[in-house]
Amino acid sequence: MGPLLELRNVSKVYPTKRGSLHAVDGVDLDIFAGESVGLVGESGCGKSTLARLVARLADPTGGTIHFAGRPIGAIPAAAFAGQPERGRIQKVFQDAGDSLNPRITVAESIAEPLELLRGLSDPRARHHRVAELADLVALPRACLDRYPHQLSGGQRARAGIARALGSEPSLLVLDEPTAALDVSVQAVILRLLADLRARLGVSYLFVSHDLQVVRLLCPRIAVMYLGRIVETGDTATVFAQPQHPYTRALLSAAPGGRHGPRIRLDGEVRSPINPPPRVCRFHGRCPQGRPECTESAPALRPTPPGTLAACHFPSATPPNPPS
Amino acid sequence: MPSVAAAESVRSPPPTPWRLLARAVTGNPLSLLAGAMLVLFLGAALFGPALAPHDPLLTNASRTLAPPSADHWFGTDQLGRDIFSRVLAGTRVDFLIALGSVSLAATLGTTLGMCAGFLGGRTDRLVGRAMDMLMAFPLFVLAMAIVAALGNSVANIVCASALINLPFYVRLARTETGVLRQAGFIEAARLSGARTPRILRRHVLPNLLAPLSVQASLNMGWAMLNAAGLSFIGLGLRPPAPEWGLMVSEGAGYVVSGEWWVPLFPGIALMLSVLTFNLLGDTLPAVVDPRRR
Repeated sequence: MGPLLELRNVSKVYPTKRGSLHAVDGVDLDIFAGESVGLVGESGCGKSTLARLVARLADPTGGTIHFAGRPIGAIPAAAFAGQPERGRIQKVFQDAGDSLNPRITVAESIAEPLELLRGLSDPRARHHRVAELADLVALPRACLDRYPHQLSGGQRARAGIARALGSEPSLLVLDEPTAALDVSVQAVILRLLADLRARLGVSYLFVSHDLQVVRLLCPRIAVMYLGRIVETGDTATVFAQPQHPYTRALLSAAPGGRHGPRIRLDGEVRSPINPPPRVCRFHGRCPQGRPECTESAPALRPTPPGTLAACHFPSATPPNPPS
Repeated sequence: MPSVAAAESVRSPPPTPWRLLARAVTGNPLSLLAGAMLVLFLGAALFGPALAPHDPLLTNASRTLAPPSADHWFGTDQLGRDIFSRVLAGTRVDFLIALGSVSLAATLGTTLGMCAGFLGGRTDRLVGRAMDMLMAFPLFVLAMAIVAALGNSVANIVCASALINLPFYVRLARTETGVLRQAGFIEAARLSGARTPRILRRHVLPNLLAPLSVQASLNMGWAMLNAAGLSFIGLGLRPPAPEWGLMVSEGAGYVVSGEWWVPLFPGIALMLSVLTFNLLGDTLPAVVDPRRR
């Protein structure tokens, strides 16, 4: 069976006054049914844009997106609301407060996809299903008749997850779903998400800048840098034997200090506007950059531990001892 | 984790709309005053002609320009008509014109503004330029021209008044929609399978109600002044219709000769109704906006 989601050479280029901004630049990514993939990278690397492309809230400017074998990349985002795949790909937003309409009750927000995507036109059946979904995400039923501002941050996050699950999606895109929450609530919501995946068998594309979260929730990881995936593979392997210098730096910067001495990256991030196509995106910041790196941009290639890395000199430094 | 469970506990139950209205009105004495005056004016508009002690159109040559008395509370005018009855009877037509023009302008203006703000591009430019053209005219002169060209019936006054108020609603709705368009819940609605018309109706419009209600309330006052102004310069209703602006216009000359009551009472009615709507503009958002509850 093929992958549930298949991205091939997907790009998103925004025209700006100073040139074209390559937010996402030729990304290949597969997500299989029931799989959970973590997407990590620093701010501005294009991971949120990629999440929007996958959730079909934005139109890619290049490449193809297949979902369950059907090409969905060319359908304009505005028209995608009427497609059968709309219900099967859902997204949980970073800011649950902003993603709930302040003028309608939480129950009405959760009921909307039930009506529009599941064809549940009977208000009583809908009401029943909303209550079921609230129970599923452990949202107190008393919260349902309230407005978003009357809920706590954790309750809003639960409401956002309940709404996304209403249409019974097979792929859930989670764009930093806990970034806006208190640390104590974060842990509870992450546990809920892990539990839901185990119970419902939904695939996750989990976008985060928190490596530990991804490590706990996602068996597979993709590291993004400046619009490109620079390393991808089994999470445990990537953590134990990072091949790309950027991944190594990212891991060394993670709190906990279990990944060897901290690698400091000097220099500025290259501009995403009109990037020279032949230069490695990491060149200039890379601790091991060589002249070859400016002559051809590296593609994702298999590495000895079994991951894929986009570097001409993968693992030029010895791998960190397993933690 | 018991502490987290406690933090996520449920707050007080949501209040009903009537309780909200009651709270908003009683919470502020000015709102209470505005509410009371609105009830009074609406009562006069609905039942005014039936309550009037005299026929507002009945002339009486033997009692012209009589000062206020027990029989004629507001005195009589140059034709001996009872001014109190005329002020009472005039409420209906003035409120009708104001309400008609404001509802027309608000409905049309909000729809246009929402579409322009949400769709952007060509629609936005087209609507924007049309409104700029409208705003380029002195608005009152434009209303005068329309009524003069089409004839001064109530329907034409309503349309003229609606047209000159249209740009304010379009601009308000357009700006607010432009901000809302970026909100996460609009994207979430798309994700929930909502198409543009449904998003506008269900997600954008309810969020415009608070600013729109303020605008509409203030606008009611302007519309009344407008209608009265048109009548004052002879382009509104024709005599002998009991209309406040017309009554002020007809009575203006008598102030000099000492019969101050002829224009004063319709003028006060006009002023009080404008004040009522302005005060209401401060109260309405508290009722319409759940975040201010």
